[in-house]
Amino acid sequence: MMGRGLLAIEDLEREDIELILDTAFHMKEVGQREVKKVPTLRGRTIINLFFESSTRTRTSFEIAGKRLSADVVNFSPSSSSLTKKESILDTAKTLDAMDPDAVVIRHQVAGVPKQIADQLTAPVINAGDGAHEHPTQALLDLMTVVEEKGRIDGLTVTIIGDIAHSRVARSNIYAFTKMGAEVRVAGPPTMLPAAVECLGVKAFRSLREALDGADVVMALRIQLERLGGALFPSVREYSATFGIDRAKLRFAKDDAIVMHPGPVNRGVELSNDLANRRPSVILDQVRNGVALRMAVLYLLAGQKHGGPSEA
Amino acid sequence: MAGRVWIRGGHVLDPASGRDGRADVLIEEGRVIAVEALLEGVADAESIDARGLWVAPGFVDLHAHLREPGQEYKEDIASGGRAAAAGGFTSVACMANTNPVNDDPSVTDYIMDRARKDSPVRVFPVAAATRGLAGEVMTEMSALVAAGAVAFSDDGKTIMDSGMQRRVLEYSRMVEKPVMVHAEDRTLVRDGVVNEGAVSTRLGLPGNPAVAEVVHVARDLLLAELTGAHLHVAHVSTAGAVALLREARARGIHVTAEASPHHLTLTDEAALGYDPNTKMAPPLRGKDDVAACVAGLADGTLDAIATDHAPHAVHEKEVEFTAAPPGVLGFETAFAVVMALVREGKLTPLQLIACLAWNPARVLGLPYGKLEPGAAADLVLLDPVQRWSYDPAQGYSKSRNSPWAGQTLEGRVLATFVAGRLVHQAARGAAAA
Repeated sequence: MMGRGLLAIEDLEREDIELILDTAFHMKEVGQREVKKVPTLRGRTIINLFFESSTRTRTSFEIAGKRLSADVVNFSPSSSSLTKKESILDTAKTLDAMDPDAVVIRHQVAGVPKQIADQLTAPVINAGDGAHEHPTQALLDLMTVVEEKGRIDGLTVTIIGDIAHSRVARSNIYAFTKMGAEVRVAGPPTMLPAAVECLGVKAFRSLREALDGADVVMALRIQLERLGGALFPSVREYSATFGIDRAKLRFAKDDAIVMHPGPVNRGVELSNDLANRRPSVILDQVRNGVALRMAVLYLLAGQKHGGPSEA
Repeated sequence: MAGRVWIRGGHVLDPASGRDGRADVLIEEGRVIAVEALLEGVADAESIDARGLWVAPGFVDLHAHLREPGQEYKEDIASGGRAAAAGGFTSVACMANTNPVNDDPSVTDYIMDRARKDSPVRVFPVAAATRGLAGEVMTEMSALVAAGAVAFSDDGKTIMDSGMQRRVLEYSRMVEKPVMVHAEDRTLVRDGVVNEGAVSTRLGLPGNPAVAEVVHVARDLLLAELTGAHLHVAHVSTAGAVALLREARARGIHVTAEASPHHLTLTDEAALGYDPNTKMAPPLRGKDDVAACVAGLADGTLDAIATDHAPHAVHEKEVEFTAAPPGVLGFETAFAVVMALVREGKLTPLQLIACLAWNPARVLGLPYGKLEPGAAADLVLLDPVQRWSYDPAQGYSKSRNSPWAGQTLEGRVLATFVAGRLVHQAARGAAAA
């Protein structure tokens, strides 16, 4: 349940997800006004605590908070307890003593937002932790698919790429599965996590089989530095086997859409042409990200003092 | 208490003699004088009523980190020795990863000296197998044994170079001491911090595959066979390693092995909350691995239960899971934790005491772990059913890193004697939860 924060989609019930999505569609309307601001979180303080650098997600949270009139503070300490004098928990407790209404946390190690949340009074929103979860990304992806398809139930969603190291994959697997979709994953065997079926998905080593009948094709960003980790031999081979272009997209349903959490390595996960135009919906995902994060901030930062009176 | 002590009416468990029943134990001047059914009329003896309790030889721990010299903020020989006594351990083998490393007789001398002055229990240094645990130059095994070393190990700094490991095993035959290995192939472990499988996938943490241990055990068994050396495999955690050890023993390879209380009772699911106090090396494994390790103890494939007592300061564990040092406290909880195996019918009480006392003493060739007339009066009184609440802050170790913190445990060490001297005593029944 939400209440104390948003740490993982794995923790959410279907009703929680529906509440967030409903709220997000209302928030989207705010972003379409000439004056994109409502007083809902006036006087509330939100801290963006980003141990791992991220321009896109941090900016999205910052704009979301500002559109709700919250005071948003960005703090990007050096990233590891190993390389600095202050532990992550001390950093978090210090910020907590300044009485924020919500703390948004990104860290490159899985579990850190939970470890911090266990010590904090303010609700914690996980903005991505290692290869664990990135819940707001999955929720904005759900929102985008609902806009496109009108539903989630009964859809087939294929996630392609480095599933093992992807927090986006884990959150999306939980999110789409909980909402009634069939989720498949595909990638080189070196990029599929151990016992991946435990997540409730079917794993494929053949892109063609994985895409057969898919309504949603989600390509993940390939981290090129993984070459050194012996996960794949070359960008050329990856692109040829698991990169999506219009020819390979024909294996999926005719009306399939293509998603990507960004930023895209053009010509690697997606062909340049597909990254630019429909059926890819990448910029819709970004646009919905602001509305979705407004909804999450409203539901968490707004409730602390008895709930907002206006939205 | 150099005088006579008459321990009356307890259930004596002595694996060395096979005694498993009610008897009195008489000790005097640091030695066991008699173990006989219900003595009568013993004069001038302090009498202890042990009815309802187990009387067993003091436990022998093959694997502990006492942290002195160099890391006294985690533990030292005095605090570690008191914690060991509280856990029923009367002999403790301490690993060489101190600072400086115990790779030189001067360091072994220092440890022996501190132990004589500070520790209520016997301390047996395990010296490094290679200088600085670097895996490049062998230590002076002969001089180290003369100083008191009982075995050799680079422990967590596993010797990956197979040629080097072969030489270490070969050379160890000269001093006839076991070479203890932390069997993990580091090229397979890589950055793994939890067991590779459903748990690592759900947590999104790097996995450490079981095969990393199995591959390394296979290598070292073959090298032990080649060299004829005594190989001792530390903290076995996988079904694959147990199977290889079973086969190796059948082939006559000189190998012994231990498992730790956490690998015998906890699975990788304990790590699902990202608590760094569930991070160990090797990691907690799946339930099939746990079952195989327990079965290995029961059929004698594994000899001993060893704690791998590994104290770390609170601030060192309150960090990212990946950054936390591996290891947990072991001394004070070991008996209660492994009593679960007896309650579940996996081990008999006599087998359990064999794994905690007699077998590990034999692995190191120590004259302890038995309760026969003439033996050193190292013994424990155990309440197999007392329930107590474990709070590391109330314990004797300087550190707090335990996965059992706050839990109610069943089975308690009520008294520990070393050479006839009472070094630990807990209230009978008073701490029941």
